Amino acid sequence: MTVLPSRSSPGAAPPLLVEVRDLVVVRGARPVLTIDELAVADRETLSVVGPNGAGKSTLILALARLVRPARGQLLFRGLPVEPRDELGYRRRIGLVLPDPLLLDTSVAANVAAGLRFRGISAARARPRVDEWLGRLGVEHLARRPARQISSGEAQRVSLARALVLEPDLLLLDEPFASVDPATRSKLVDDFEQLQRETHVACVIVTHDLDEAVRLGDRMAVVVAGRLRQCDTPERVLSEPLDEDVAAFVGAETRIPGRVVSASDGLAVVELGACRIEAVSAVRPGRSVLCCLRPEDVTLLAAGGGSPARPTSSARNRLPGRVSRMVTQGSLVRVSVDCGVPLIASITRASAIEMGLVEGGGVVATFKASAVHLIPLAG
Amino acid sequence: MASLADQVQQLLQGLAGADLVEITLLSLAVSGLATAISLLIGVPIGTWLALSRFRSRGLAITVVNTGMALPPVVVGLAVAFALWRSGPLGDLSLMYTPSAMVVAEVIIATPVILGLTVAALGQLDPRLRLQIMGLGASRWQTVWWLWREARLPLLAALMAGFGSVISEVGAAMMVGGNILHQTRVLTTAIVLDVSRGDFGQAVALGVVLLTLAFLVNGVLTWAQQRRPRH
Repeated sequence: MTVLPSRSSPGAAPPLLVEVRDLVVVRGARPVLTIDELAVADRETLSVVGPNGAGKSTLILALARLVRPARGQLLFRGLPVEPRDELGYRRRIGLVLPDPLLLDTSVAANVAAGLRFRGISAARARPRVDEWLGRLGVEHLARRPARQISSGEAQRVSLARALVLEPDLLLLDEPFASVDPATRSKLVDDFEQLQRETHVACVIVTHDLDEAVRLGDRMAVVVAGRLRQCDTPERVLSEPLDEDVAAFVGAETRIPGRVVSASDGLAVVELGACRIEAVSAVRPGRSVLCCLRPEDVTLLAAGGGSPARPTSSARNRLPGRVSRMVTQGSLVRVSVDCGVPLIASITRASAIEMGLVEGGGVVATFKASAVHLIPLAG
Repeated sequence: MASLADQVQQLLQGLAGADLVEITLLSLAVSGLATAISLLIGVPIGTWLALSRFRSRGLAITVVNTGMALPPVVVGLAVAFALWRSGPLGDLSLMYTPSAMVVAEVIIATPVILGLTVAALGQLDPRLRLQIMGLGASRWQTVWWLWREARLPLLAALMAGFGSVISEVGAAMMVGGNILHQTRVLTTAIVLDVSRGDFGQAVALGVVLLTLAFLVNGVLTWAQQRRPRH
């Protein structure tokens, strides 16, 4: 896994803030997280996604030096964090957990806690506490007992409690998880705004792919205790490195096949009875997994329409039959049997316009550039 | 019943001048000192047991919880053996002194406070500790805040510890000897009065003992239930 320069500062690679090398975290006798290399640069936001129980929270705790790894190194600005430096290191970071976990005292005292731990007097802490309560929009709660405010307010206090420390690195584990959906989108908006204003480097764990894409300069995918891919969100979405990542980022069509020929960066892949073209450098003879996102598949009524439309040579056209239609809000998820199973996502309006019915004929089309090939072993 | 009330009043007046005050103060001093020492031993060890993870931790906690049910008479017997003139600690000449009573009561109250400290900290959300450390707290700052979070059950532990020794009679009798002006406390005095058939005085002392327990627990309960300072 190579470290890519962040989007926010093109040109020379910024200095690395935190690096993890050869990390293994063990629970019982079982390794729960293995990471060969992962780094976060200054001013960069790394979002971490993955299924439940994949090891995302363990990664946050390992980065906060709150679990001792069985093996591996944590480097802060190039220097390894030794056991005797752990407290000093933790005083450079901020931590927000899925539940606000506020202390049983006032809201203001909660936000002041980290500053007080660092030996800052109550008088000197107060203006900073007030400022950050204000920036999170909860200044009116300062005197309230922390256990008596709503979960949305509590998570704002928890964010203020971490941000008031002006940390070099902010570690957030599902920071919006305990908040109801309506409050959540506003909170995400506000957080994104603060992120832009402060440029604080963040590692943010989330199970929400949209949030991860939106907030992250880079996105790390953790599956079954291993870091599978770490790249810009766009690349992870369009070029997943393995099937688990492809499945997690929404490439719902995944069909094994074999590359039969390749020229000019265009590979022809044999999928059972049919052949499709894909933009790929995979050599002929290789077994591959063809991945396709449902929103990249367009459906045309069978027999009609197509001659009028100029079809590029790099566009695949597969006739088939609608095997299943599932309405999801304003979208319809259509399973098409073209000899191989394809999944398309189209708007409800166009499904009605086309008179799409289960069992009806249809032509599925998708660009060669929408197909991503993952070479399979063997 | 009026005659009993009169009798109690008479007896209290009789005792008030001299012995009652002395006996009550000795009870309070011995039990208070024993509770304080138990607190100094039990809370740190209990905190360590609650927060650390080691192989025989479950066994250690079971031993402590068994200690909470230690029969005071057995403790008295063991302390008497140790402090007896010919015993291993006989040279200290502590037998039949308030110090011997404090020793016995510390042995009784420590497992109670220790066990309840483990329980008090054990019921906190384990992630709270991670969050506190994640805010940059040192080891002692973390422990301090965890104690603060668990202050209600910790005060309950203190009350239970004090309660176990202020009301205890077997060990106090055995190692103290119920010597007037030296080691006579409220509980041993009651036992003596009953054995002498002096029920009136026993009841009077019982009322004093209850009042004492009520006042001490009242103060602790007030501290426990008052709203946190802001």
